[in-house]
Amino acid sequence: MSPTKTEDPHLPRNPGRPLDMDWVMRTQANTSAIERRAATLPGRRSVKKDYQAAWLCKAISLIDLTTLAGDDTDARVRRLCAKARQPVSAALLDTLGMQGLTTGAVCVYHDMVPTAVAALAGSGIPVAAVSTGFPAGLSPFHLRLAEIGESVAAGAQEIDIVISRRHVLSGNWQALYDEMSQMRAACGQAHVKAILATGELGTLRNVAMASLVCMMAGADFIKTSTGKESVNATLPVSLTMIRAIRDYHAATGIHVGYKPAGGISKAKDALVYLSLIKDELGHRWLQPDLFRFGASSLLGDIERQLEHHVSGSYSAGWRHAMS
Amino acid sequence: MTVKEIFETMDYGPAPESAKEAFAWLAEKGDFGHFINGAWTAPGDLFATVNPATGDTLAQVTQATQADVDAAVKAARKAQSGWAKDGSARARVLYALARLLQKHARLFAVLETLDNGKPIRESRDIDVPLAQRHFYHHAGYAQLMASELPDRAPLGVCGQVIPWNFPLLMLAWKIASALAMGNTVVLKPAEWTPLTALLFADICGQAGVPPGVVNIVTGDGAVGEMIVAAEVDKIAFTGSTAVGRRIRAVTAGTGKALSLELGGKGAYIVFEDADIDSAVEGLVDAIWFNQGQVCCAGSRLLVQEGIADDFHARLRRRMDGLRVGDPLDKCIDVGAMVHPEQLDRVRALVDANTDGDMHQVPVPDGCYYPPTLITGLSPASPLMGQEIFGPVLVSTTFRTPAEAVEIANNTAYGLATSVWSENVNVALDIAPRLVAGIVWVNGTNMMDAAAPFGGVRESGFGREGGWEGLTGYTRPAVAMTSPAAVAAHGGDATGDGIDRTAKLYIGGKQARPDGGYSRAVHGPKGKLLGHASLANRKDLRNAVEAMNGASGWGRTSGHQRAQIIYYIAENLSARADEFANRLQDLTGKDGKAEVAASIDRLFSAAAWADKYDGQTKGVPLRGVALAMKEPVGKIGILCPDAQPLLGLVGLMAPAIAMGNRVVIAASEAFPLAATDFYQVLDTSDLPAGVVNILTGMHADLAEPLARHLDLDAVWGLAGHAQMIEAASAGNLKRTWTGPFDPSADMTRDILGHATEVKTIWVPYGA
Repeated sequence: MSPTKTEDPHLPRNPGRPLDMDWVMRTQANTSAIERRAATLPGRRSVKKDYQAAWLCKAISLIDLTTLAGDDTDARVRRLCAKARQPVSAALLDTLGMQGLTTGAVCVYHDMVPTAVAALAGSGIPVAAVSTGFPAGLSPFHLRLAEIGESVAAGAQEIDIVISRRHVLSGNWQALYDEMSQMRAACGQAHVKAILATGELGTLRNVAMASLVCMMAGADFIKTSTGKESVNATLPVSLTMIRAIRDYHAATGIHVGYKPAGGISKAKDALVYLSLIKDELGHRWLQPDLFRFGASSLLGDIERQLEHHVSGSYSAGWRHAMS
Repeated sequence: MTVKEIFETMDYGPAPESAKEAFAWLAEKGDFGHFINGAWTAPGDLFATVNPATGDTLAQVTQATQADVDAAVKAARKAQSGWAKDGSARARVLYALARLLQKHARLFAVLETLDNGKPIRESRDIDVPLAQRHFYHHAGYAQLMASELPDRAPLGVCGQVIPWNFPLLMLAWKIASALAMGNTVVLKPAEWTPLTALLFADICGQAGVPPGVVNIVTGDGAVGEMIVAAEVDKIAFTGSTAVGRRIRAVTAGTGKALSLELGGKGAYIVFEDADIDSAVEGLVDAIWFNQGQVCCAGSRLLVQEGIADDFHARLRRRMDGLRVGDPLDKCIDVGAMVHPEQLDRVRALVDANTDGDMHQVPVPDGCYYPPTLITGLSPASPLMGQEIFGPVLVSTTFRTPAEAVEIANNTAYGLATSVWSENVNVALDIAPRLVAGIVWVNGTNMMDAAAPFGGVRESGFGREGGWEGLTGYTRPAVAMTSPAAVAAHGGDATGDGIDRTAKLYIGGKQARPDGGYSRAVHGPKGKLLGHASLANRKDLRNAVEAMNGASGWGRTSGHQRAQIIYYIAENLSARADEFANRLQDLTGKDGKAEVAASIDRLFSAAAWADKYDGQTKGVPLRGVALAMKEPVGKIGILCPDAQPLLGLVGLMAPAIAMGNRVVIAASEAFPLAATDFYQVLDTSDLPAGVVNILTGMHADLAEPLARHLDLDAVWGLAGHAQMIEAASAGNLKRTWTGPFDPSADMTRDILGHATEVKTIWVPYGA
């Protein structure tokens, strides 16, 4: 089962729209209320038994299996790709009736793109490249655009760009819009995920406004974090961003995807995220073309939970193949 | 469904909480008797308590007899003095109760959900933790009572009657505060939901609660009436306004303390600059919490016109995501209605409505009512005024902040409201103007043991929680008595000098009495001193209308009110000799001391005018809960006969210092001190209508005053307590019938009668 199978092929990409500053400025985000909603969500939703197993398999299908380390090597990336193809042992998947399950994508730095593309050939699993001077995004702008082009040329089907946080912090929404538009153009056919680095934006209202501006400028996905900020994906930030996605959809009819990244390492957390998406955005967003987890260690915990579901005994990490 | 199929549908599936332990406990207990004097009585006349979600009988409980209630009250009486002795010992017991509630948390939660039908998420995450918190918090008050409340003493035995919507939590609110202050209790849980109270009785033994301190009797409203009629010192009731009104009437004149926490029709106000999605989400917790069977539910949605359509569309979308069904399912938002009778009541109210557009969420068969939104209503629609007590939200629109306040206050109730705006200026300007005991800014249904909870108007009176809530479970340690009534002197038909007939003082003007009658006033030796007008109910009506014209007084600053009260003192002082002579003529006693004391009372009230501060509460929230002191509003005062000037000033001064407007029926025996006094008011910059003075017969004035639906309180300090308290039930106005001794400076105590506590919750976050 390749991740593209459940996609609705007719869903158009986000073409973007002119910057609407009235809309941006009228956006509000009440931090306290958003935190309360986020804090009570895990107590309001629960999935058990076969339903939990199915939801965890869904979570796997939505993972951008990621390595973004300075010591990445070709061999390390090939290992990761093998894990993306076979995220759970074949025996377990047989028992669950989930043969063919793969992760949503593999996410690497530009230099690792060719290795990943080769390693995933024939699997249908796309390669995502972090780009534009990741993670700080402070290299010369023309080089950031060029980096996108190189990654696309090397076979990346998805580009995770980082925005200039300073445009948000200084309220220069036009600059953010222009930057995002040019990056989107540089991506060509590749889908673009806009990393907001929400841990550095100061307020949830900034997160909401930056989300809207990036969508207006044509982002296919909005993504929380690089994984390198001190605070990465959180439920309050996620709620803020997906409400912006819902607003954008209500106004334009366009579906924009969401990717929380960093800090989601437990199966239980993944279930909470899925229920958040299901309740706030709807079932359609529970597909890899509209939702991804940016995660590296989440898969391991899900594997252990799935084995527990099948065997009734708690599992151990060493029983599952490492990536 | 296979895993693969679920992978596609991504349905939630069933997630049931096990009820095994709860059923085991019920099986072990068998049929229930009452918990009296630390032991279970034998089961008597049994009735079933039923799980509303399934219709299955959970247990059989006993209908209490008069003898049962008498035995419970007797046990409570016997235990009370011992229990009151040692605050530290009480603190330990309350702490143990908190710990035991925590240790048996899941059993309490499951039992509550079985008996009541509320989702397990709510009983587990809200009801039970809040009940624990209440006992922990009040363990502290028990410990601190001796040092912090040295002049307060327990009331004695408290009769407590609680409702079915939060069975354990309301028990905790009632019992923790009563016990902390050294009272003992006889509590009756609602007949539909007795089980968690019975489990609580079970743990009282484990916690070391001495026999007789907590007594729990079960049964229907007839048992409630027996408790109300019993030899208890206080009745604490939470429930419907209709029953509360009846309790007020039947306890009138008995001297029993009374607190009533009644109905509501809370406004939920959304301004156009609010975080709309958060305000929509807030409604889930405002009106779909506990199936809307919540007195403080946000059940009246007021949306600013410009955003109304968008807001309603988002709300309907959110409603469609609500999951209604098996209350024991951990993934359910809305559970079963408490009882088929309540279901029918809600259905009948909604079915009778023909206005507006209705949106409902599908529900399973059984005791479920669909979450409902009715938009396009106007304040005139019956459903905008009636308390539905179900998951039904009614909605209308407003144009301006002022209009929002006006619509929000256009109700007989006054319990809780929500204000949603990202503009702190708007929110904090609106909050004090809402007629309600609780205001949540950008939130809803926040409760905590440290934050006073309770209403105004027909939502009842008294507060639960916080230091303020303790007032309702204590009395002054040193008992005070009112001086005896004094009869008017009789005497000659004619006097010397120019004929003088004192008029009434209404709206800052002297007014002839509507009835055109007056009576002669004589000195102790029969000398005719003049005539005083005989006011009637129409004069009272005119006075209340004049008070309505002076509504700005409550919004003046304490400093400004102090200046005016000092000025009154100054002007009285300038005429001290004249007043002293008048008092001497009227009463035959030296008036100098009374004038001096009156000036002193004015100074006391002026001193307090800008110092009777509210509190900031340490609630478990990033934000503040402000317990603000607000004026009660319009107060009718019947002055005692003796010390006619001092009695009037001693009551009037603290009332107006807190921003109230008053209509005062002067000393019946010696009215002329009051009619002289209004000349002092006239020269002291007091706005017209703030103080109105009537003279006449208290027997004629007391009843129309207590029955006037536009007065907020009546202070009857010249007798007639039974009649005043009974007649006040009409709009559930606050009553104070003494004791009041004019010769004591009771200013500090009177401030409590002159103010309401409003708890304003302001969560924040950048």
